[in-house]
Amino acid sequence: MNTLAYAVSDSTTMLRRNLRHMQRYPSLTLMLVGIPVIFLLMFVYVFGGTLGAGLGSTSEGRAEYVNYVAPGILLMAVAGVAQGTAISVAMDMTEGIIARFRTMAIFRPSVLTGHVLGSMIQTGLSLAVVIGVALLIGFRPTADLIGWWIAAIGVLAMITLALTWLTVALGLASKNVEAASNLPMPLMLLPFLGSGFVPTDSMPVGLRWFAEYQPFTSVIETLRGLLMGTSIGNSAIIAAAWCAAITLAGYLWARAAFNRDPAR
Amino acid sequence: MLDGIDLNVAEGTIFALLGPNGAGKTTTVQILSTLIGADGGDVCVAGHDLGRDPDAVRDAIGVTGQFSAVDNLLTGEENLTLMADLRHLERTEGRRRTSQLLDQFDLVEVSKKPAGTYSGGMRRRLDLAMTLVGDSRIIFLDEPTTGLDPRSRRTMWQIIRELVAGGVTIFLTTHYLEEADQLADQIAVLNHGRLIARGTPDELKRLLPGGHIRLRFNDPQGLEAAARVFGESTRDDDSLTLEIPSDGGVRSLRALLDQLDSTAIEVGSLSVHTPDLDDVFLSLTGQPDNEKESVR
Repeated sequence: MNTLAYAVSDSTTMLRRNLRHMQRYPSLTLMLVGIPVIFLLMFVYVFGGTLGAGLGSTSEGRAEYVNYVAPGILLMAVAGVAQGTAISVAMDMTEGIIARFRTMAIFRPSVLTGHVLGSMIQTGLSLAVVIGVALLIGFRPTADLIGWWIAAIGVLAMITLALTWLTVALGLASKNVEAASNLPMPLMLLPFLGSGFVPTDSMPVGLRWFAEYQPFTSVIETLRGLLMGTSIGNSAIIAAAWCAAITLAGYLWARAAFNRDPAR
Repeated sequence: MLDGIDLNVAEGTIFALLGPNGAGKTTTVQILSTLIGADGGDVCVAGHDLGRDPDAVRDAIGVTGQFSAVDNLLTGEENLTLMADLRHLERTEGRRRTSQLLDQFDLVEVSKKPAGTYSGGMRRRLDLAMTLVGDSRIIFLDEPTTGLDPRSRRTMWQIIRELVAGGVTIFLTTHYLEEADQLADQIAVLNHGRLIARGTPDELKRLLPGGHIRLRFNDPQGLEAAARVFGESTRDDDSLTLEIPSDGGVRSLRALLDQLDSTAIEVGSLSVHTPDLDDVFLSLTGQPDNEKESVR
């Protein structure tokens, strides 16, 4: 077998290992799926009436707000799983079996790609549940099924890949599991400090500037455009650039952190 | 940490690296098994240069570290299958090897339970079984029996002997002298990162002067009388004992008893002491000042 074949087969083996872990330790997955659903319900039913009215529409506020907030909640779900990834990577690194992997002639990054692929699947599950609940409570995307939904899923996959590699690196760089659970916390807050929950023009100047230029806003605007037919402008290109940059930086950082001599 | 270690291990033998806690045994194993880098020096494992071709080394070795390297969330069987997959064995071959190892290591009954629920001995056996999935030519065992009960320890020794009989080379570390004595063809003693002695168990034992016969007396008068008779002896007035140098053989013992008889000295008890590795170990590692003279 050549290197590429080893890379694929070892990554698949590690993915299988990570999926088994999720299956044996389901409480983390449940929490990661549960939090965005709770936020969705809270924002729609607690704040939705008022926030929806503030969007300046004539129709009923809450129904409109579901459509507005859904892309932001989806991003929150992505960020939530990414946080879980940092925790499980950091936990994994405390296990003796990682030392064993390091002394075996395997495709080294497979330990990491196993985590990344596993988290992508976990994110897919989480997103499916969140979209399902959103549809149940009145989310009515105007996108037609074939074209825009596929595009939207592509955007979600892109940002998931980027955040997952970033949090794998964070998990590796953390000194302990507690640090790994705290470090990615800002990711959960970023949808709030962008166009996830309210339009950015309603914010004070300094905050608005940050909100408009931070990566999540371009992703959210692209998603909203694809699903709801609002204008996308150059958001799609900016989102793609952000995702590519974060993926690359996260991957390089993670690889360097994993290959670092544990004795030094 | 380590300083000027020069080792040669012959194929198909058991090599024991012996030393107190903190001597650098684990560090040595970690370097030899490619886990950490060395600051300098040349290492050749299974014919491959450690620095230039670590993957070729990894292909030839199996490592069971001091801390359990099993996946606690996976079952024993899944742990072995994971190793078979990572060793790139064919699916049927992997399954065959897995069930064979479960059988050999007496883990069949618990094979469907998560490794996290295993006892210390079971976990250690699974750990070693995982190392053996790849049919490695060289196996590193870092303190393989630490924390095991006597029965599990003997089982582990048996397994190690069988491996060597099958042509595998074993590099083990231990701080149990009995273990090194029982298993090893060659022993090296490591202290403060330096090798202070090496040789076969017998050669190491010869580093110490012979054994002695210890006489214990019921009263100081007996001790006094005996000390006068046996000039070349060490007396301890507190415990009323006298140590007389001896090779521990029957002839010298009889001569000693005859002498005691003829002088009518009353002896409370008698015991024969031959030097064991404990004496060697303590004399080598116990006196840092004498280290150099006693070794080099």
